[in-house]
Amino acid sequence: MSDLFDILLTAGFWAATIRIVSPLIFGTLGELICERAGVLNLGIEGIMTVGAMSGWMWVYQGGDLWGGVLFAALMGSIFGLLHAIFTVHLGLSQHVTGIGITLFASALSYFVYRMLLPDATTPPKIVPFQSLEIPWLSEIPLIGEAVFSQSAMTYLALLSVPVVWYVLFRTPLGLAVRMSGENPVAVEAQGINVLAVRTGAVMVGSAFMAVGGAFITMSWFDAFYFGMINGRGWICVALVIFASWNPGRALIGALLFAGLEALQVRAQQSVGAFIPYQFFLMLPYVMSIVAMIVMARKTKYPQALLVPFRRGERV
Amino acid sequence: MIIERRESVSVWRAGLAPFWAILASMILCAFLIAWAGAPIFQAYGLLVKGAFGSSFAINETLTRSIPLILTGLAVSVAFRAKFYNIGAEGQLYAGALAVTYFGTGLITLPTGLMIPFLILMGGLAGGALLLLPVLLKTHFKVDEVVTTLLLNFVVLLVVSFLIEGPWKDPMSLGWPQAASIIDEGVLPTLLAKGRLHFGLIIALVLAVVIWLMMKYSVFGYEIRAVGLNAKAAEFSGIKVNRTVILTAMISGGLAGIAGVSETAGLKGYLTLDLSPGFGYTGIAVAMLAQLNPLAVIPSAIFLSAVYVGSDAMSRAVNIPTYIADVLVGVSVLAVLCSVMFSQYKVRWLK
Repeated sequence: MSDLFDILLTAGFWAATIRIVSPLIFGTLGELICERAGVLNLGIEGIMTVGAMSGWMWVYQGGDLWGGVLFAALMGSIFGLLHAIFTVHLGLSQHVTGIGITLFASALSYFVYRMLLPDATTPPKIVPFQSLEIPWLSEIPLIGEAVFSQSAMTYLALLSVPVVWYVLFRTPLGLAVRMSGENPVAVEAQGINVLAVRTGAVMVGSAFMAVGGAFITMSWFDAFYFGMINGRGWICVALVIFASWNPGRALIGALLFAGLEALQVRAQQSVGAFIPYQFFLMLPYVMSIVAMIVMARKTKYPQALLVPFRRGERV
Repeated sequence: MIIERRESVSVWRAGLAPFWAILASMILCAFLIAWAGAPIFQAYGLLVKGAFGSSFAINETLTRSIPLILTGLAVSVAFRAKFYNIGAEGQLYAGALAVTYFGTGLITLPTGLMIPFLILMGGLAGGALLLLPVLLKTHFKVDEVVTTLLLNFVVLLVVSFLIEGPWKDPMSLGWPQAASIIDEGVLPTLLAKGRLHFGLIIALVLAVVIWLMMKYSVFGYEIRAVGLNAKAAEFSGIKVNRTVILTAMISGGLAGIAGVSETAGLKGYLTLDLSPGFGYTGIAVAMLAQLNPLAVIPSAIFLSAVYVGSDAMSRAVNIPTYIADVLVGVSVLAVLCSVMFSQYKVRWLK
């Protein structure tokens, strides 16, 4: 056991945690924005795959890194628009549409990857985001190395938590988004177009998800692999419930998960001889289920989540 | 523009909806084929030929449709009750684990008893895996989509652990695979040539049984009532939670039997690539069938043909095989749309 405590005190562990948490933050915030507006977006797994592929491909084809991030976000929002047309405008099942989007988006990403790189046997690499040491702050012991020597995309992830919180809870736009998820009729009574608000929220949320995927291929790793997202999207959906639809708590939940993942990689090295590696890999999925059970009694879903809004129709 | 319900839906309009969806999906995929630089009609011709062009091809297509019929049934039963079981993939592997546990020498019965026993065990294992998500839904209101999805990953890791560790076949020359199913438990092949096996009969019989149950039994009526309006069903005296739990057991059981059929019928032993996503494709099967258990059969054969045919097509004209997955994904979305427009119409306001 003392091994584990030693791990917790190393800067390497915390640096890994902060790195792993970034895609979870993007994905969870994206899902949170969608659900706050009343739309469950199960396309997340596929949209993250799209982001991972398209951002990476942009750079591989000669574009610059930030261009790749923007391109991933754009691609994500296009799939978000597709999801919104189906669930918001046509009022179709959010569950089935989301699964359909995931199947379609992941398959299309793999197809496009194979089209553009037909002969690649070993995945080609790009030069990913490098770590960006923040002057002064990065010299603080432990914290400096863990938090302030990360890639620019990680800073973006950490910064987006307060930004999303501020927009959602302190601006009229955020109020409109949240109310669209709670009481769309009241929003409509204020002269605000619920369908437009929901569409916008799903598009922005999906852009976040795609950037989360792009982080994995452009900052964490430097190549695109098949099955790379590996359930991270679904974990984000569980994290949103765990966080009670609150960005701050989403950060805490995501940190918990990332810490666990960083810990399991290191624990594999010390106790891997006794416990098969599969059980370590299982932890995030099992923890997601446990997290949902723990929060089950307390969760207050947005009241209009999953409920399509049709103008002029009685609720 | 407003969307309003049609006053009446003709049988034709409803029945044609999946075909419109398939047509739309094929048109969309035609763009991808064109992008790959292949002639579209020739490519689709190759697809049809690859799936139905020879007795070998038909044999393969039918063989591959077996797990899809079963997972398609699993999804259609569950979705009828608005219980979104996306875990057919995991339940399939749970069934495969059960058949490997009991079928590799632990118990030996005469073939006539062994096969039904293995099917029962696989079904129970599939159902058991769905027990946690369904109880979490009925008692804690935890969304079943996320829990069933997450369990897919957990089950695959359990399979990976078992076939690399305690269950690893020492005769497998280092490949991670479990021991072979004993001869008494292997599903017989149906034809002298090819891989088509008894699983097809099981799948077809189950499709008819589930159809009869949904259409004529009180329980089937209760499932449909719960799916259409759980609150109204509750008020009319249907025990909603009980119905949802039983529905889930049937759904998980069907997916588990798919695992039995693949392990004991096709492969003969458990590996990690037993299912290339049959559980997920089952969703597309069920949606194209509009959740009708009998329509699941042609729907599964169609999607199986897409997979088998696109293998042949991609070899011949050099299109990535992922085209089949794209077509499956698009068809789920397209059928949602086409079924909706068979029930609703768009009215343009001036």
